[in-house]
Amino acid sequence: MKSSISKESVYASIFGILAFACLFFLAGITLVLFKEGLPLFAKVSPWDFLAGTAWYPTHEDSEFGILPLLAGSLWVTAGAMLVCLPLGIGSALYINEIAGNTQKAVLKPLVELLAGIPSIVFGFFGMVVVAPFLQRLLHIPTGLCAFTASLILGIMAVPTVCSLSEDALSYVPASYREASLALGATRWETLIKVVLPAAGSGISTAAILGVSRVMGETMTVLMVSGGAAIIPRSFFQPVRPLTSTIAAEMGEAAVGSTHYQALFAIAMVLFTLTFIFNIAAEILSRRYRLKLGLQR
Amino acid sequence: MRVQKSILCAAAAIFLASAAPCYAGKVVVEGSTTVLPIAQRAAEVFMDDNPQVEISVRGGGSGVGIASLLAGTCDIADSSRPIKEKELEDAVSRGKDPKANVIAMDGIAVIVNPSNPVKSLTKKQLKDIYTGKISSWSALGGSGPIVAVSRDSSSGTFEAFGELALDKEKVRPDALMEASNQAVASVVAKTPGAIGYVGIGYINDSVKALELNGVYPSKETVLRNRYALSRPLFMYTNGKPDGDCKSFLDFIMSKQGQILVEKEGYIPLGG
Repeated sequence: MKSSISKESVYASIFGILAFACLFFLAGITLVLFKEGLPLFAKVSPWDFLAGTAWYPTHEDSEFGILPLLAGSLWVTAGAMLVCLPLGIGSALYINEIAGNTQKAVLKPLVELLAGIPSIVFGFFGMVVVAPFLQRLLHIPTGLCAFTASLILGIMAVPTVCSLSEDALSYVPASYREASLALGATRWETLIKVVLPAAGSGISTAAILGVSRVMGETMTVLMVSGGAAIIPRSFFQPVRPLTSTIAAEMGEAAVGSTHYQALFAIAMVLFTLTFIFNIAAEILSRRYRLKLGLQR
Repeated sequence: MRVQKSILCAAAAIFLASAAPCYAGKVVVEGSTTVLPIAQRAAEVFMDDNPQVEISVRGGGSGVGIASLLAGTCDIADSSRPIKEKELEDAVSRGKDPKANVIAMDGIAVIVNPSNPVKSLTKKQLKDIYTGKISSWSALGGSGPIVAVSRDSSSGTFEAFGELALDKEKVRPDALMEASNQAVASVVAKTPGAIGYVGIGYINDSVKALELNGVYPSKETVLRNRYALSRPLFMYTNGKPDGDCKSFLDFIMSKQGQILVEKEGYIPLGG
């Protein structure tokens, strides 16, 4: 008996250490980000960094304004949401509410398979096939622009949004649907007026995690967004999001230089943005569980 | 205990191997993507003749190569620009002594889409295009908006272009930034209004190279110093090359090596 207890406690402590290792990594990453990034503000004022409109990190007369990069990230993210929310939520509704069991058994794994395609493959496909096609189709100067990036990132985020929305829909108790149908509502009315609102905050969580996914995506945007550090005035202009700037420039930035620190400061901004989104998603999903009386 | 010992031994072996470059028939070459095709081709042929030597070649960019040389993680740093003063200071502080070996010449060709009627530009016009003063082909004999394509600010070709063509002025912010010579060529080949710049080795049938000040970018014009956008290509070593590093560099400088240089589209030193 005694030995089994000590065994138990050994297992408990092993798994405890593993669980806390995550926290350790998070703390380490945060610490390094801020340690390497913050010294930038001794050389460039936070205002010039966040609101500056020119990004010339390697020029002799260097400028470190990330407003164009921030704008690029926001444009692409907003565009990608326009693509992935209807697609993701629509397919979740179909899979959960309308599709039969056979269709469901095929569709769900297939949508999730989309998540397994490496981002470089999406990027390559976008650069070689989609961008030239859109350029000819829409008669725009170049296909490497915010529009193409939004389109491809939107498709990449569909599995996240679809699979989480589908989970949210499946948690809506069957009694809600039965009650609605019993009151004489049609299937469509039940879907739109009862099921969707009941799963609302779960779907919002899915959308916010989709935003995080898109905002943090690097390789694909690096390849298809064009990489011009301008504040875009239309979806058909090239943009340079935060992530691709770090990816493109970190390799050549001398360790400890102002450029290097500026890239870490960009990472700080990205980290803060996705952190806010994740907290928001967590708060929403908690509220949603309470609303449905779910204990999870 | 025994396990720990063998881990320690392995760690020591790795440490010793990394601390002794150009040792035991292994040469690591890293750096400029412009020099990469030469280094790769030369390494293949060299290894065929000298199977006891293993040469691994990586890209990454001139800055990455020189940083690795200074950190001791590569033996030869490919670079499309001379070493910077800052890097030299860094080298001195780390007790390294980078030596420049010019292995070939390169010209930066200005390329447009083959459908573009423009055949030649002046250096002034080129500069005006890339600094944003000219935004339409109609001022130059073509039509439509200009899509300027540039290399990423971290590339050696970008720096060389900035110095040779733009007199260090800033590239227009709306220029597309591409990560490699191939990417620039492929974007230009697929975009009717595009203009880009690549190493002469990357000119192919899918793009059209422009004359600059009336001089076409070619082997002859670069070697005779008539073409404005040309530069030497380097392989940096730590101190004077010795051992396998030396035999590899000697091979590149040999007649056979320089034929490979030419085959890859660069300009051999002898002409």
